[in-house]
Amino acid sequence: MSIINKETVQYVAYLARIELKEKELDVLSGQLKDILDFIDKLKEIDITNIAPTSHILPINNILREDVPKSSLPVEKALANSPEQEGNFFVVPKVIE
Amino acid sequence: MEKYNLTAHELIEQISKKEASAQEVADSLKKRILDVDPKVKAYVRIDQPHQTAIQENNAPTAVLKGIPVSIKDNICTDGLNTECCSKILAGFKPPYDATVIKKLKAAGATIFGLKTNMDEFAFGSSTENSYFGPTHNPWDLECVPGGSSGGCAAAVAADEAILALGSDTGGSIRQPAAFCGVVGLKPTYGRVSRYGLIAFASSLDQIGPLAKDTRDAALLMNVIAGFDPLDSTSVNIEVPDYTKALVNDVKGLRIAVPKEYFVEGIDPEIKGTIEEAINKLKSLGAECKDVSLPNTQYAVPVYYIIATAEASSNLARFDAVQYGYRTADRVKNLIEMYNRTRGEGFGEEAKRRVILGTFALSHGYYDAYYLRALKVRTLIKEDFDRVFKDFDCILTPTSPTAAFKIGEKVKDPLKMYLSDIYTISVNLAGIPAISLPCGLTKKGLPVGLQILAKPFAEEMLFRMAHTYEQNTEWHKLKPKL
Repeated sequence: MSIINKETVQYVAYLARIELKEKELDVLSGQLKDILDFIDKLKEIDITNIAPTSHILPINNILREDVPKSSLPVEKALANSPEQEGNFFVVPKVIE
Repeated sequence: MEKYNLTAHELIEQISKKEASAQEVADSLKKRILDVDPKVKAYVRIDQPHQTAIQENNAPTAVLKGIPVSIKDNICTDGLNTECCSKILAGFKPPYDATVIKKLKAAGATIFGLKTNMDEFAFGSSTENSYFGPTHNPWDLECVPGGSSGGCAAAVAADEAILALGSDTGGSIRQPAAFCGVVGLKPTYGRVSRYGLIAFASSLDQIGPLAKDTRDAALLMNVIAGFDPLDSTSVNIEVPDYTKALVNDVKGLRIAVPKEYFVEGIDPEIKGTIEEAINKLKSLGAECKDVSLPNTQYAVPVYYIIATAEASSNLARFDAVQYGYRTADRVKNLIEMYNRTRGEGFGEEAKRRVILGTFALSHGYYDAYYLRALKVRTLIKEDFDRVFKDFDCILTPTSPTAAFKIGEKVKDPLKMYLSDIYTISVNLAGIPAISLPCGLTKKGLPVGLQILAKPFAEEMLFRMAHTYEQNTEWHKLKPKL
């Protein structure tokens, strides 16, 4: 019994902010079920006392000097936006 | 001989002796693209074969003076379309250069072509998931070039590029290199700056060269490798001159051959070809021994949890606010704008991966999937650590089959994922690996030999690959177009 069904996929797609058409939802649900069944192979391994590897390099907390530098000019930063006004990005109404 | 037929090192020599000019090289390549790319479709926009200004750079550091380098569509080039072959990044012109592009320009190279095709966001193994349509394999136009850097590999194979820069998250440089009969290197994680590479899976991605031979790959590595303060995962270890590693000698080097890479699923023809290549290296004085990497079978499932989890987070930035596509529909609010835009803007595979990754990270499933995958990743890495205590490198096939037909696997994602079975472990362990041509199947499709080494031992890869190349002719074969 797989843990993934249409409702789960619908919910996760909403978490991921992706609108799915009914047909896409059907196809995806089936495919994700197959993929997760395959991934369930990982359940056969004993992972007691194994540390997770999120990163292969023995480095962490890389800091740089706090030196002021020039940043992107406003026009350049805005140039690729779908809609802009003055020095701002324009988005649909956020507050109801 | 046309200029486009030549390798970068041959052109460098001609340019330095004034037997060729940068402009002649660029013109020759442009002619070749207009001639064959309508069939191959390695580039996204062939109607506009773009090139950056040819520089009069005579500094001694200008080691790639006048050499055109083609760039995968996910590496940022200042002012030039960089769209990850996705509708959601339609029209995006980055306001800056990736570090590797800056380095190429400083070395006198010309950024060439708008730009090489890829699977959307590098999600795929066949370049069929491109918003711009598939690339065709120059050896058989009905076959895929591999992926996701299929445009790079096809361009180099078809003499439509002298050198190319791709990216490799689970085999995306090496597998297409194998399918198209060219050399492709995935450097050690941290060896090349990822600044300006549009992220897929940040703990796995690396930029690397695709080239006509190992010398060209080494030349390109000399330019792109090194520490970058703008990438906190780049490592501050001195960059050697990789061309010094190009010696014709493998005597006494210890090669491990992992038995898990030769079991069910491998095409017998590939198996035979790789065994011949191993025998060749043995005859040249290398010592070969069978070993076991027992956790190999878990690499694909681990990868499809980790890579999709990281991708789901990285692709959250495509929100239709700062750049890229925004739905044309009238929407009620911000959430609807996100949902609609991303539903319309992402292709099928991108949706599948972002949703799978979101699931693996979601409440209640994090421990069972994501955390478990990170722990198994440790076991996969330890397999390699163990083998590298006694061996200089590991030899495997790059892919279990030669290039498959366009359309053959695209409807079955799991089948497609399994075509990366021999390349994925390398990214999980962060080690470097190279693929080089080592034969042709009966149908005339290239076969790739993969060599793996310890972290930061790219010189070992170059030495082994170069020696093989010096004693065989496979890298000289060209497809008939």
